Amino acid sequence: MTAITDRAPIVSTGAARKRPRGIGGAVTRWVGIAIVAVYCLAPFYWMVVSSFRTTNDIFDTSLLPTTWSLESYAQVFDSSNDFGRSLLNSLIVAGITTVLALVLGIFAAYAIARLNFRFKSAILAVIIATSMFPGIAVVVPLLRLFTDIGWINTYQAMIVPSLSFAIPLAVWNLTTFMKQLPHDLEQAAMIDGCTKWQAFTKILLPLAAPGVFTTAILTFIHSWNEFIIALSMANDPAIQTATVAISKFTGASDFQAPFGAQMAAGVVVTIPLMIVVLVFQRRIVEGLTSGATK
Amino acid sequence: MTSSTTAPPAAKPQPPRRRKEDRAPREGGMAALLLSPTFIVLVLVIMYPLLSALYQSLFSAESGLDANGFVVEGESFVGIGNYLEIFAGGESGRFYNALWNTTFFTFVTVALETVIGVSFAVAMNRAFKGRAFLRAAILIPWAIPTAVSGLLWRWIFQSNGIANDLLNTQILWTAEGFAAQVAVIVAEVWKTAPFIGLLVLAGMQLIPEEVYEAAKLDGANAWKQFLSITLPLVRPALLVAVLFRLLDSLRMFDLPFVLIGPRKSSVETLSILAWDQSNQLQYGSASAFAIILLVYVAVIAFVFIRILGADVVGDADKQAAKQAKKQAAKFAKEAGR
Repeated sequence: MTAITDRAPIVSTGAARKRPRGIGGAVTRWVGIAIVAVYCLAPFYWMVVSSFRTTNDIFDTSLLPTTWSLESYAQVFDSSNDFGRSLLNSLIVAGITTVLALVLGIFAAYAIARLNFRFKSAILAVIIATSMFPGIAVVVPLLRLFTDIGWINTYQAMIVPSLSFAIPLAVWNLTTFMKQLPHDLEQAAMIDGCTKWQAFTKILLPLAAPGVFTTAILTFIHSWNEFIIALSMANDPAIQTATVAISKFTGASDFQAPFGAQMAAGVVVTIPLMIVVLVFQRRIVEGLTSGATK
Repeated sequence: MTSSTTAPPAAKPQPPRRRKEDRAPREGGMAALLLSPTFIVLVLVIMYPLLSALYQSLFSAESGLDANGFVVEGESFVGIGNYLEIFAGGESGRFYNALWNTTFFTFVTVALETVIGVSFAVAMNRAFKGRAFLRAAILIPWAIPTAVSGLLWRWIFQSNGIANDLLNTQILWTAEGFAAQVAVIVAEVWKTAPFIGLLVLAGMQLIPEEVYEAAKLDGANAWKQFLSITLPLVRPALLVAVLFRLLDSLRMFDLPFVLIGPRKSSVETLSILAWDQSNQLQYGSASAFAIILLVYVAVIAFVFIRILGADVVGDADKQAAKQAKKQAAKFAKEAGR
């Protein structure tokens, strides 16, 4: 993407540096760390804490729940909500979107990164430009089309429009990764008697695997978090995804907004992402800084 | 939009690479084969909707009586009628309000995000021990689904919620008016400033330490170093980050929708307005709104890329690296004197 990306060892360069500083430097450094950490974590922490309060203490402002309770989680998975179903729907939609985007993206990225042909930058630019498309400009016409062909409340009605942002994201990321691989690899393999296709599948693809994996994570997170398409294309609770279900969450009682249950549902939807983020943080940062769209 | 992204890099051909490419065999046929599935899908999910929206925006859903007194239902061709209605009709107030909200949210949030993101990058760049922890922490706002963060902030901004409690106020954040706009801005900035921070940090870590050493020898204080070394050298990374955020904010939908709700005039963006229209089966005007938003996004992207020269495609990689090296050498030389 920029100078940074080609050799973006965001994880390694910093540690090698030494910057001697006095006590004052150390203090400002730790204050800086504390501010960043509180900024990023405090709201999330509040969601987690609130989800463990009882319905009666929900408006408490103590830092920890006075009584720890799983009441809210019980409400979320109450059979009337079908929230487990929504999670499964999210998994299906985001999973299939990711796989499709990766399959198409690998071929396209290979062509852009490793083959020699004209209009290469123009083609990459067109693909990136499509990712800048406002979702609503895709949703309005497709909503009408899908209504006509009876696709409303189907998985494909959510998966197909999701490709409009997933494919550009995948192509772009994979292209960046494939460009970084040494250029003589395939030639060497072909001198040894491989066909172009074998050089691609046996040499390049295994080497690009970490990049493919990173791209898969990023695409999956974007698809999992998608809202406007899923909101428009499905109104049947049995088919809607978790992000939409959560926004319509009313919980068991109609008397007051079930904040505890909403927070618990939010935690449930976010936890898989948190685990992915904590386990693969290096890869995600690498992927984001080398050409992600959001 | 597309030509604008390519034009700046393409205008400066790199002679050595060109020559090498000319010697290599052209592989256009294979490239076309590999690229075609992607383009077929993109035509279906981008080109078709775009053309369809353009076409639909010229029609209006009508039910009424025709000249002979029969009930007519269906759509009639109105040409640019929808657009005229949007810009100058009786309902134009709603459009201008949404246009203003979109613009206001975009520029305020991106400005705040940039400042906060750059400060975070500086803080993280100095943190050696806590960096792994911070990197995980900073990804959390980014990874939370926007719909969930909308709910989370609605909870924080409840009338008897934690925000009013901490501020010792009794503001109805999630109702209507300026307070609702502030709530949306706070939630949006919280979620996206770390992203800018990450991209800028990546840019900062490529600045060779010698440049700072040289500047220090020269007697430049920390602020001076930041202004004359860090900022200019992270500029390419920062520009790309800001461009993405601009284009993303212009299509803002989830956050105001979940945090405040649809059909609230103080937070209604163009995306929400278009969605609401299509929800009421007004596909013609919904399409017109979507097209207007698309043009707005394209214009901002074009202006941003042309004026500030954000390099999105990455052709200027080597040039930027060269420039960074040159700048470093210049500083080193100046320091040596």
